[in-house]
Amino acid sequence: MAELLHGAVPETFPRWLLRHALARGGQPAMREKDLGIWQSWTWQQVSDEVRALACGLSELGFKRGDNLAIVGDNRPRMYMMMTAVQCLGGVPLPLYQDAVADELLFVLLDADVRFLFVEDQEQVDKVLEILPQIPDLRRLFYDNPRGMRHYTQPFIHDVRELLAMGRLHDANHPDLLDGEIALGAGDDVSVMLYTSGTTGRPKGVRLTHRAFISAALGGADFDRLTADEEILSYLPMAWVGDHLFSFAQALVTGFTINCPESAETVMSDMREIGPTYYFAPPRVFENLLTQVMIRMEDASAIKQQMFHLFMAVARRCGAEILDGRPVPLGDRLLYALGKVLVYGPLKNVLGMSRIRVAYTAGAAIGPDLFRFYRSIGINLKQLYGQTETCAYVCLQPDGQIRFDSVGKPAPGVEVKIADNGEILVKGPMLLQEYYKRPDATAEAINAEGYFMTGDAGLFDDDGHLKIIDRAKDVGKLANGAMYAPNYIENKLKFFQYIKEAVVFGAGRERVCAFINIDLGAVGNWAERRGIAYSGYTDLAAKAEVYALIQGCLEQVNRELVAEGALADSQIHRFLILHKELDPDDDELTRTRKVRRNFVAEKYAVLIDALYSDKRSQFIETTVKFEDGRQGKVSADLAIQEAKTFAEGGKATR
Amino acid sequence: MTRQIGEAILDLKNVSLSFGGVKALTDISFDIREHEIRAIIGPNGAGKSSMLNVINGVYRPQQGEIVLRGERFSRMNPYKAAKAGISRTFQNIALFKGMSVLDNIMTGRSLKIGSNLLQQAFWWGPARREELAHRAKVEEVIDFLEIQHIRKTPVGRLPYGLQKRVDLGRALAMEPSILLLDEPMAGMNVEEKQDMCRFILDVNDQFGTTIVLIEHDMAVVMDISDRVVVLDYGKKIGDGAPEEVRANPDVISAYLGAGH
Repeated sequence: MAELLHGAVPETFPRWLLRHALARGGQPAMREKDLGIWQSWTWQQVSDEVRALACGLSELGFKRGDNLAIVGDNRPRMYMMMTAVQCLGGVPLPLYQDAVADELLFVLLDADVRFLFVEDQEQVDKVLEILPQIPDLRRLFYDNPRGMRHYTQPFIHDVRELLAMGRLHDANHPDLLDGEIALGAGDDVSVMLYTSGTTGRPKGVRLTHRAFISAALGGADFDRLTADEEILSYLPMAWVGDHLFSFAQALVTGFTINCPESAETVMSDMREIGPTYYFAPPRVFENLLTQVMIRMEDASAIKQQMFHLFMAVARRCGAEILDGRPVPLGDRLLYALGKVLVYGPLKNVLGMSRIRVAYTAGAAIGPDLFRFYRSIGINLKQLYGQTETCAYVCLQPDGQIRFDSVGKPAPGVEVKIADNGEILVKGPMLLQEYYKRPDATAEAINAEGYFMTGDAGLFDDDGHLKIIDRAKDVGKLANGAMYAPNYIENKLKFFQYIKEAVVFGAGRERVCAFINIDLGAVGNWAERRGIAYSGYTDLAAKAEVYALIQGCLEQVNRELVAEGALADSQIHRFLILHKELDPDDDELTRTRKVRRNFVAEKYAVLIDALYSDKRSQFIETTVKFEDGRQGKVSADLAIQEAKTFAEGGKATR
Repeated sequence: MTRQIGEAILDLKNVSLSFGGVKALTDISFDIREHEIRAIIGPNGAGKSSMLNVINGVYRPQQGEIVLRGERFSRMNPYKAAKAGISRTFQNIALFKGMSVLDNIMTGRSLKIGSNLLQQAFWWGPARREELAHRAKVEEVIDFLEIQHIRKTPVGRLPYGLQKRVDLGRALAMEPSILLLDEPMAGMNVEEKQDMCRFILDVNDQFGTTIVLIEHDMAVVMDISDRVVVLDYGKKIGDGAPEEVRANPDVISAYLGAGH
């Protein structure tokens, strides 16, 4: 027992759990808001429940090496199930809860899943829909019994049944589970996460206990995390980021995870918890800021003036104060006043009063957005990593923050740049393999053991890594000039009015773009101007909205010219799509990245129109609704030209 | 396993109601069985809402009687009805617009609160214990109707569809054995209607609540109810399972006009 407490670093997550149950058994490990109250589980309770779950699974024939898929929102029992599976030497497989039945089917077949744990009736129904195609499914467990009374199939169980079964089994075979846990080794696979499939079908990435424990410890050490941190676990459990922060780091440092009441209550739940450590993709930070700005526009004139005055102060010196750099005394005093009047209350509204470290990753973050959070005193930093590297490659050290780079290689990670600009990484956190895909594994890891990230990047003079684009996406225009589509798209998406952008130009004379407007931001903009609209399609077609977007494009063109090498990538013509790009229509991945080739094929007629002289183009598209029904959306899309600039900033057209 | 529809729990016998010279209901008889979903349909002015008001005692019929669980009432009143486990929602939502969702649903518990004003004012002893227990019940309703995100929002700020859901929540907080719903889906879009249907079916299924429902949307009525009674100009013109009612020539002509 003493060895477990003070001995070497535990090799597997179940052993980490046992250590915390001994060291801080009475401290809260998990909380979930249910029936309006934060319910908590101590480390001892979690350990007991995990034990019962594992024993129950064992009783039902779950064996070493089996995979168990988990589908649902973040709930304590979902996290406990992962550790329970690991106790038996099995592999948990968290999946996106909003995946449609077909996507689910692919993964369940690919991973030979025989055991499945889902959240509620909705997910059970999804599984039953594809049941004939998964004959190997042995058991289906569910967490929320609501509406499940009439499901009498013998293989469907309430997870409480499993717990009861497990407790009985444990009483009859008290040594069995400890033996199983002792059998576990650091090189066992601890989790399988499916890549989002920006390119082709998803692949199962198998990561070991050693990999995730090294990544979690490295990060915890880097940011001096303690057992006192509080985090809000609200990101999809299938995402590597959530697995690192809510599972691996929580288990190695012993801090508390908090699961929100429902997806709609995240904001108020966050205020109640006041997390100290926070992780979110840029999109979340963007939505929060948009909400704040919309509410500010409705505030009284005095409040608005105060807000703008102090935000100007914050922009001038907030980030510098956070980085500990010298700032004139006058600004310091103003900032201190602003903290009382504006920044403090604002952070409180955002639920960020107690944040010590916040990270963003997964996509590029807009410089204004990034600066906004830092300037009001939130230590927001960027990290860089992939599913294949446990989301752990580069981290920004405190005080050395830049919006256009992702920081320095994390402790224990070796990063180098290949001749073609591709970023290569090596370290203990690398994947073991892609499940049943030796070809893909061989392709991803080169002879020297480096993982090829597929991203193009470069180191700046201070050793910070800067990501430019996907290595294979960096292309050339017809005249041979460099063309980095994601780079341009990100610039576009930094405008609050533009939700999604897809640019075309590889091998062509000029660059053209599809735009998706942000219904919230543009809708609000339109309302304030008294422009009536009936929905997305109608709003997107308004001449005023076209003019608004054109302004954004022209500003991007100006910036591109200023960057010299990309001057030829200025956007010449654009159109605003009649529907929002949607993962349900396969246009985006589940992590909301654009599937460029699919979009190009689906809307080929629009691309042809962009590269012709047409002023408009008719299009009809099939859309899939959330309940699986299909409908059609059609529109006559206007095509508009944007001003381009010559070097020096004068308009050429 | 399906829910068992039981014996008649509420029996209306020869009910007639008139306001001065206007005959709102003429000699109407029908029964409501335990655990069923019973719909009352009819064109505008057919007397549907009057019928509901007679059931929970807002109107007193000039003739006829109501038999509730074997007990005869010639004069029902709203208090007696509520005590007997009948709760209802209203066509034009009856909520306190300035109060939060939570407080509004809490009002549904008021009949069950036993502590006196003084105890409540100081939130002392039994009052405190009682409020905690009632709050727990209300939270179950909130969870059931999936409205956690608006728990603290004033009702007046909510969209119409959600207000209707809160109205249902207030009625459910009484833990009724019979739930009267007066056009629960009026003015809703398709998605809101689907949600409301699901909640009505879930209430019926999970708690075994008997549901009496007035509704205009024929598709909804035919989909979810076990039996339908049809009124026209205060008279009963049809009664039976949805298929029977749909085939009834009187109903067809009342709804679609002659010639169909």
